[in-house]
Amino acid sequence: MLKILNGILAILGGVGASLALFWLMNFAVERLPSKWSERLKPWVFAGPAVLFITIFLVYPAVRTIVISFFDKRGENFIGIDNYTSLFGDSAFHNTILNTLLWLLIVPAFAVATGLLVAVLADRLGPKAEKGTKSLIFLPMAISMVGASTIFRFVYEWRPAGDPQIGLLNAVWTALGGEPQVWLQQSTGRLNSLLLMVILIWMQTGYCMVLLSSAIKGVPEDTVEAARMDGANEVQAFFRIVVPQIWATVVTVFITVFIGVMKIFDIVYVMTGGNFNTNVVALAFFKELFEFSNDGRSAAIVVILLIAVTPVMYYQVRRFKAEEAMR
Amino acid sequence: MSQTQRPVDTPARTAPPASAKQKKQKPPEEASRANWVVRVAIALVVISFMIPTMGLLVTSFRSREDVIASSWWSALFNPGTTSWTASGYGEVLSNGMGNAFINSLVVTVPATIIPILIAAMAAYAFTFIQFPGRDFAFVGIVALLVIPGQVAFIPLLQLFGNFGLVGNFAAVWLAHTGFGMPLAVYLLRTYMGTLPNAVIESAKIDGASHYQTFWKLILPMSFPALASFAIFQFLWVWNDLLIALIFLGAGPNEVVTLNLNSLLGTFASRWDLLAPGAFITMALPLTVFFALQRFFVRGMTAGSVKG
Repeated sequence: MLKILNGILAILGGVGASLALFWLMNFAVERLPSKWSERLKPWVFAGPAVLFITIFLVYPAVRTIVISFFDKRGENFIGIDNYTSLFGDSAFHNTILNTLLWLLIVPAFAVATGLLVAVLADRLGPKAEKGTKSLIFLPMAISMVGASTIFRFVYEWRPAGDPQIGLLNAVWTALGGEPQVWLQQSTGRLNSLLLMVILIWMQTGYCMVLLSSAIKGVPEDTVEAARMDGANEVQAFFRIVVPQIWATVVTVFITVFIGVMKIFDIVYVMTGGNFNTNVVALAFFKELFEFSNDGRSAAIVVILLIAVTPVMYYQVRRFKAEEAMR
Repeated sequence: MSQTQRPVDTPARTAPPASAKQKKQKPPEEASRANWVVRVAIALVVISFMIPTMGLLVTSFRSREDVIASSWWSALFNPGTTSWTASGYGEVLSNGMGNAFINSLVVTVPATIIPILIAAMAAYAFTFIQFPGRDFAFVGIVALLVIPGQVAFIPLLQLFGNFGLVGNFAAVWLAHTGFGMPLAVYLLRTYMGTLPNAVIESAKIDGASHYQTFWKLILPMSFPALASFAIFQFLWVWNDLLIALIFLGAGPNEVVTLNLNSLLGTFASRWDLLAPGAFITMALPLTVFFALQRFFVRGMTAGSVKG
C-alpha cells in the first residue's frame, strides 16, 4: 500500500513539479524585457528535455570514455591498457565472434521471415490477414525474460527413459536421438543459434508490420504491368515489389541490427554467458558486477559505442536529407 | 521520415479495393489454387510461432506431478489424464510475484507519464519556434537515438550512489526518463511537423503566446502521438530487465522481470511454477497489446530507430 501511495506521489510530484517549473519559468521569462524574453523563451520549452538528455546520456557517455582509460577502481590513469588487454584476451575474442554471429544471423532471418509473412498475409482476406498478423506480432509485446522462459521449456532436458516434456528433445528422441542438454551444446555454436531463434521469434512481427505497410504502398498497376509482360509471381515480386520497398527493408534491418548489438537479456537469462555463448553487452555487465572492473567494462561499452557510430552518422545524414525535402 | 516510415496503423487497414479487383481478374481455378497454397503456408508459420507459447500456457495449468509425468501436448490431446489446476498462479503470486507486480506498476506508470510532458514541450520548441542552436540540438537528439543505454550505466551508478538513490524507485524513474527522452522528443516533433501550420499562424495573429498555443492547441492536437509514445514507453519499461537489474536490483523493490529471472534460477525445473510466473509477467503487456494494438503498432512503427 505504501508503495502504491509512493508511486502516486511520484506521478503527482513529478508531473506537478514539472508543470509548476514550466509555468514559473514562463511567467518569469514573459516579464523580462522583450529582447531577453524572445531569446530565453525557446529554452523554457526545450530546456528540461535537453537537461535530462545531458545529465542522463551525454555526460555519462563522456565520463564512460574517460573511465575506460583508468584502472579497475578508476584511480590511476593507465592509457589504453584496458583496450589492449581486452583485444589480447581470447575469451573476449570469442565474445566478439558470438556477437558478430548474432549480428549476421538475427536481422537477416527476422527480415526474411517478416517479409515472407507480410507477402503471404497480403493474399488473405482482410479478417484472416489481421488475425495472422496479430498472432505473429504478439511475441513483440512480451519481455525477453518471458520469451526466454517460453523457449527454455521448448529446450528442456529430461534424462533418457523419463518422458521428454521439452518439444525439441521430444522430436529429437522420436527421431532416434539421445536427449540433449541443448543449451550446453556449443559444438558449431548450436546453443547460440538456439538463443538467436528466440530473438528472431520476437522480432519477426516487427519486421512484418513495417514491411507489410510498405508492400501495401506499392502501386498494383506496376505489378500488373509486369504480369502482362509475362513475369510470374516470384519474378514480379523480386523485380518490381522488392526494389520499391527496399528503403523500408534497410530501415527495418538497421533497427533490428541495433537491437541485436545490445542483446543482453536472453543470454543472461538462458546461459549466463556460459558454454561459449557470451556476448558484448553481457561481458560489460560481468566485468562491472562480477569482477568490479570499472575501467575494463567501460572500455567494452566504448567499443560498442564506436560500433554504433556509423549507424549514428547514417541516421543524422538521412534526417538532414529528409529535412531538406520538407 | 521516408514515406514508409511514417506512423501508420497497418493492421486496421484492409486491402485496397483496387488490388482486390485485380486479383479477381485472374482465372478462378488458378486463384483458388494459389490461395490454398498460401493458406497452408501461413497456417504452418502461425502454428510454429504459437506452439512455444501454447506449451507454456498449457503447462501453467498443470500440477507439479503431472508436468513431469507427461508432456503438455499429450495432456492437451487427452485432457482427462491431467488434473487441471490454477494453483501454480496462486503459489507464485503469494511468493513474491504479487509484490513484484505492484513494484512494476510503481516503476512503469511514473516512468511513462513524466517524460511525456517534458518531451512534448521540447518538441513544440523544436517544431514551432526558431532559435539559435535549435538545429544543432535536434541533430544531437537524432544522433542519440541509437546510443546504447549501457554507455551511461557506470557514471549513473556513481551519481545515484552519491544521492543514495540506488535501489530506490526514483533511480529507475530518472533513468527511464532520460533514456526515453530522445525518442519521445523525436517522435513528437515528427508528429507536430505534420500539423497544419495555418492553425498555429492564426493563433499567433490572434495574439496567443507560445504558452497558450502549446496548451490549448498543440497538446490536444498531438493526442495520437502522445498515446502512441505512452504505450510504447509503458511496454518498454515494463519489459525491461537490464535497467531494473542495475539500478533497482533484487529484494523488496524488485520488478516482475527480475522476479521471473530469480524464479528461473531457484526453481530450474519446477515448470508448474515457472509457467504461471511467466504468464503473470506477460499478462499486462498482452492486455495492452490486444486492447490498443493500433496505437501500439503506430508507436512501434514510428519508433523504428530507437537505440
